[in-house]
Amino acid sequence: MYQLLKQIAKTGIVTEPPPQSDESLRQIEQRLPEAILKHIGRALAIRHVDAGSCNGCELEIHACNGPHYNLERLGIKFVASPRHADMLLVTGPVSRNMEVALRRTFEATPDPKLVVAIGDCGCDGGIFGESYAACGRVANVIPVDVAVPGCPPEPKAILQGILTAISSGKRPAPTADRA
Amino acid sequence: MRSCRQLRKTWRFDNTKSITGDSDALGLVDIVRKSERGPLDLKDLALDLKPVAGAMPASHAVVRAEELRRVCERAREGYARLVALWGSDETARGAGFALHLALAFPSGILWASVPLAREHPRYPGIADIYPCANRMQRAAYDLLGIHAQDSPDRRKWVRHRAWPGGVFPLRKEFDIASRFPPADDQYPFVKVSGEGVHEIPVGPVHAGIIEPGHFRFSIVGEKILRLEERLCYKHKGIEKRFEALTPEQGARLAGRVSGDSTVAYAWAYAMALEGIGGTEPPVRALALRGILLEMERIANHLGDLGYIGNDVALAFGFFQFWRLKEALLRLNSELFGHRYLMDLVTPGGVARDLQRRQAERLIARLEAIGAEVAALKSIYDEHAGAQDRFIMTGQIAPELAEKMDLAGFAGRASGIRHDLRVDYPAAPWQQIGVQMASHTRGDVAARVSVRFDELFESIRLVQALAAQLPPGEIRVPLAACPAGGRGVGWVEGWRGEVLVAVETAGENRIHRVHPHDPSWQNWPLLERAVLGNIVPDFPLINKSFNLSYSGQDL
Ligand code: SF4
Repeated sequence: MYQLLKQIAKTGIVTEPPPQSDESLRQIEQRLPEAILKHIGRALAIRHVDAGSCNGCELEIHACNGPHYNLERLGIKFVASPRHADMLLVTGPVSRNMEVALRRTFEATPDPKLVVAIGDCGCDGGIFGESYAACGRVANVIPVDVAVPGCPPEPKAILQGILTAISSGKRPAPTADRA
Repeated sequence: MRSCRQLRKTWRFDNTKSITGDSDALGLVDIVRKSERGPLDLKDLALDLKPVAGAMPASHAVVRAEELRRVCERAREGYARLVALWGSDETARGAGFALHLALAFPSGILWASVPLAREHPRYPGIADIYPCANRMQRAAYDLLGIHAQDSPDRRKWVRHRAWPGGVFPLRKEFDIASRFPPADDQYPFVKVSGEGVHEIPVGPVHAGIIEPGHFRFSIVGEKILRLEERLCYKHKGIEKRFEALTPEQGARLAGRVSGDSTVAYAWAYAMALEGIGGTEPPVRALALRGILLEMERIANHLGDLGYIGNDVALAFGFFQFWRLKEALLRLNSELFGHRYLMDLVTPGGVARDLQRRQAERLIARLEAIGAEVAALKSIYDEHAGAQDRFIMTGQIAPELAEKMDLAGFAGRASGIRHDLRVDYPAAPWQQIGVQMASHTRGDVAARVSVRFDELFESIRLVQALAAQLPPGEIRVPLAACPAGGRGVGWVEGWRGEVLVAVETAGENRIHRVHPHDPSWQNWPLLERAVLGNIVPDFPLINKSFNLSYSGQDL
């Protein structure tokens, strides 16, 4: 126990300031009114859905939960059920074998809800594209509010995508500091 | 309530006659008889062997379908393990279809091709000899329509609802852009019935941030009586996509078969192409590939050791290991330009060099990370609560591990002493010598122990390679790949052996690529590892293996 406490004390806090939102990632206009966003922004529940990724994007989503990015201190957390979620974070080109599961997850998420597509695959199908086995980009299956490119996008970019989705969309787009 | 032991008599496993499954909970698979003569050499098989050029020792042989079982039986008796099984369409080459097997012998890999008829292609199934072949045979049927005769398990595997039965996507006449109305998706799980038995279906969308798959638990109280997996939700047509690419274009795709093993796949793919055209990657590139592969191993072990802590309510472990993992990823990004090292191994060499100053920095940073991991290891070792959850949880005994060909570090934690870097030490391993980690208890604690040992060994290897990088080029042009070329890439990735088999067609095209993940072998053993454990230990057991869905589903 002593060792453990010593290690915690020695480590200190490594968490870094969060990035700004970036309006250029937005795919469709903000649908949610300011009043709702104000509430959501402080307690956002996210359901992650891997709809067919190579698992690279998942590695970076995991990293968002790590101490450097520490998503939870922003009031954002991953939840176990779509029924508890305000936002779906979707990776991968949507494989046809996951198409129904993704649709059902979207339907099970209560309104108002937001969808953020992660990675080149989520944005446009990426290297896997569309085929007999893949539906391509997430927007081909469910409506997407914000799409974050990258293969995989770095945690900062993912965070930025999430923050953009819950911003009012009226602020001027800050361009600096994109990971 | 009666005790589990009393209840056991009343449980029935329905369909077990018709579906023995690949990891049948009742242990219906026969114990494989081993010969007393010890390991068999490839030459003892009396086949017409043709060498397959490349960095790893490999030979090819044509085996007639009637001979297949004899060859497999002898191979099995002689301790050869089945690394991969796949099929191909040879109709464009004036033949029918083919079944391919990669068997690992002490002297190298045997790539056996079995020619099959154009009409009703079939072969005698081998899943009773190599139980891990079951799912691979089912996948080969779904994708190519080649049929394993006398196989007790004829359920589909890769096909869900994206295409109908009787349509085979990897046949050459099949257009990759084909679309079908969603097909009916019935899948007969093995049912367990009896007093007090419940079923818990989980997935494909899981509660955590993990890849999709379906798990069907049959439980009594909290105890798991049976787990059955259904995978291939992520099937996205990778093998078909390869066939539309040039060999060089395929490198990016190979690096995205399973993102967490991008270096291992990119290297295996490059190795196969280099073998086909006779390209010799420069020694400096090989040393750099070694560094990249070990950095990948370190990153994955760091991440999983953190999650393993998290799964036993030691959030401290998660944050500490993920802090270190982040430090490593940033180092990757700084030195190599990508946090996960994607697209750095390219056919013919590597994409980026490491300057002396950078190499020194790499060595120093790893020294610091290693010291921190050592401190965390002693905290894990002495944490009674964590050890209590680790020890005797999710156990795979060595006999079972051997029978089912448990691969990689999980195999080494169950006494299977195989590591390609040690068994076939090609460059750069022969120069520095790799210490194999192993354990025999096969539980979560053993897998944690092996992961720690491998992590420290990888740090040593990276430091040794970086300290004496041979001078010279980092890349040579890839020699043209002739029609009918055949190459094998075989790399010990962090999870286990990654095999990439490539056949080229004329005009710089790919005829067939089969990337094989060790998860094929290990998924069925996860079903066994959880038996008798409690449901809340499933995430822990699962994470201790951390298998790839994407690499299996393709
Ligand atoms: S964007 Fe890249 S890392 Fe993400 S799923 Fe696609 S290929 Fe993998």
